[in-house]
Amino acid sequence: MDAILLQILNGLDKGSAYALIALGLTLIFGTLGVVNFAHGALFMVGAFCAIFLQRLLGTSFEIIDETQKDFLGNPLKVQAPYIEYWFGKDIGASIIDWSVPLAILLTIPVMLVIGYVMERGLIRHFYKRPHADQILVTFGLAIVLQEIIKYFYGANPIQAPEPSAFKGSVDLGMMLGFQANAIVYPIWRLVYFAFSVVIIAGVFAFLQFTTFGMVVRAGMVDRETVGMLGINIDKRFTIMFGIAAAVAGLAGVMYAPINAPNYHMGMDFLVLSFVVVVVGGMGSLPGAVLAGFLLGILESAASTTWATTTIPGINQIIIYLVAIIVLLTRPRGLMGRKGVMED
Amino acid sequence: MLGLNKHDAMLFVIVLILTLLAPFLLNPFPQGSSLAQFNAGYPDLMQRFVIYGIFAIGFNILFGLTGYLSFGHAAFLGMGSYAAVWIFKLLTYNVVPAILLSVIVAGLFALVIGYISLRRSGIYFSILTLAFAQMSFALAYSVLSNPKFNLTNGETGLQVYSNDPQWLHRASLPDMPHLFGLSVRSTYTLRMNGWTFDFNSGYYICAAIMILMFYLSIRIFRSPFGMMLRAIKSNQQRLNYTGLNSRPYTLAAFVISGMYAGLAGGLLAAMDPLAGAERMQWTASGEVVLMTILGGAGTLIGPVLGAGFIKYFENIFSKINDNVLHQWFAFLPDGMEDLMVTIVHPFIGKGWNLTLGLLFMIVVIFLPGGLVEGGQRVGRVFRRRDRKASGAEAEAARQRRTPAE
Repeated sequence: MDAILLQILNGLDKGSAYALIALGLTLIFGTLGVVNFAHGALFMVGAFCAIFLQRLLGTSFEIIDETQKDFLGNPLKVQAPYIEYWFGKDIGASIIDWSVPLAILLTIPVMLVIGYVMERGLIRHFYKRPHADQILVTFGLAIVLQEIIKYFYGANPIQAPEPSAFKGSVDLGMMLGFQANAIVYPIWRLVYFAFSVVIIAGVFAFLQFTTFGMVVRAGMVDRETVGMLGINIDKRFTIMFGIAAAVAGLAGVMYAPINAPNYHMGMDFLVLSFVVVVVGGMGSLPGAVLAGFLLGILESAASTTWATTTIPGINQIIIYLVAIIVLLTRPRGLMGRKGVMED
Repeated sequence: MLGLNKHDAMLFVIVLILTLLAPFLLNPFPQGSSLAQFNAGYPDLMQRFVIYGIFAIGFNILFGLTGYLSFGHAAFLGMGSYAAVWIFKLLTYNVVPAILLSVIVAGLFALVIGYISLRRSGIYFSILTLAFAQMSFALAYSVLSNPKFNLTNGETGLQVYSNDPQWLHRASLPDMPHLFGLSVRSTYTLRMNGWTFDFNSGYYICAAIMILMFYLSIRIFRSPFGMMLRAIKSNQQRLNYTGLNSRPYTLAAFVISGMYAGLAGGLLAAMDPLAGAERMQWTASGEVVLMTILGGAGTLIGPVLGAGFIKYFENIFSKINDNVLHQWFAFLPDGMEDLMVTIVHPFIGKGWNLTLGLLFMIVVIFLPGGLVEGGQRVGRVFRRRDRKASGAEAEAARQRRTPAE
């Protein structure tokens, strides 16, 4: 029992990332009908927002510290971040410590702008072109974004630690009445899971309970009629593209402490997120979320020693296998509507 | 000629001459001159031109004719390479069995993967092939390299070691890939006051195969089978309504293009007996898509042009560094020179991929027909100018006539 629970928990963090990216992909596909191969790159850009803020906050100048001496007895030069100088030692240090959560505030506007520019500047011209062209141009954009990040941050992964308050692990087993040390889980992953639940709930609430969301949903069903009612649906869809980009960025920014970001992390996630979208059902938002978590948990279940000794390498290919089986037996996915992209 | 019409025969002869004379054509600048860095006539690079040309020609048979966009073709390239290296390890360094096996292996895998993937079309097909390729990559990279069953040698890549059996190897044969004793590395260098031209046997093996494959692709394009594939691209649904089952045709196209990819992979391994999993990664699949699109999907010559173009500029751009740039912009005032170097810097050297990505986007956005379409457009502009001139004369003549009426 506790082993099963542990595997489910282990799957949650990756599952959350898959769900968030797949949610954004589905939003874009459902509203604009575009397959966005650059979505993984947006996830990666989000993660690098955390790195950017961390570096920015850590910008330092040299001061001579009289209290510390080097081995010759001269005062030691130490690096002091400007933040600590401006806000005092303690507040400054804690601001730097909290740089990853703070980066959320930076990521939202940055990703909204990137999403808006992307849609207006590029994707807009591709609505009437075949899907292959859409795939190709967004694929090219993904390469460009990736290489730009690589140019500025290099090819190696960069660490972005979580705030020290969330470091370490928590013994969930004790809380739930199992033996001690049976289920030990890193705190940040729980935070990530909670965060993604909040974001997903937020997106759904936005679509369900606001007028804007209602119009967007109506547009997803019948774009032309909504347009004929005198509503500028294109503008709203552009904003939805921005929101989808922001969701991917937020997924990335909070993922940075779990897995040190590198420039090609986006593509690794993108392929899997496509699989998630396909399994969940093209165009179905709840399907994307459900399939994201399901596949995340499935992947972690396949990584257990029992599974890998029975079928070596099953953890590497399980998701693809599931996708292939789903595509062949139920092409519209778990929760896809009948008739949407079933060819 | 050879069952080709006049236009195709001309195209074929052009490609034939270009590939055979490539050692001359690609080395137009004398050794030691400042322009020598633009030479591309070394064996290694020329081999890559033709090998990737084969890969792109094969991809074009699938994508250009049927419109099915496969994002996992590099998997077949990698499988071909592995198969060839295994022949080198177990049997002999002769390239003929290696290439044959790589084509067969890739064809079999293409049959299986194609059979499954082709049940879907459009985006789903792209995603399915991508999933299969990523799965093959994951398998080759980690799973199939465990000590008990080491098929791919993982990260290091599969290569030939001195203690490999090589049952058919004899001491009289060269200790590297060869064609019945003719080593692929043997090169005859022709020196003509300042110019040097390398004639490499490996290149000519690849070139001969490419010419053959190009001929085959022309025949496929012009055959009833090719016509059927084109019909699938223009409207598969209507084709199905006529009572035709289109799947055998698409599957055949998929397998053929998979075999082309396997052949390219086998040749890559034959030129350099090493096979690594990174050849199967999605970036490699993306590259062949890029070559085909850049040259012009669905045209005969396009993929070859695209492959040559990309491999040439990859090589040139990777070699250019800041010093070279400073030389180029030396005619500008100092401040401007530095500025230009800073602007261009991200696109050269290691930044080649950035240039490639941008180029890709530009081609897809503005020139969906690729270089071939670009050439035709330019040609049309010139022709129209001629016609306009003659049209003006006709207009003048008509006006002269009008008053009389």
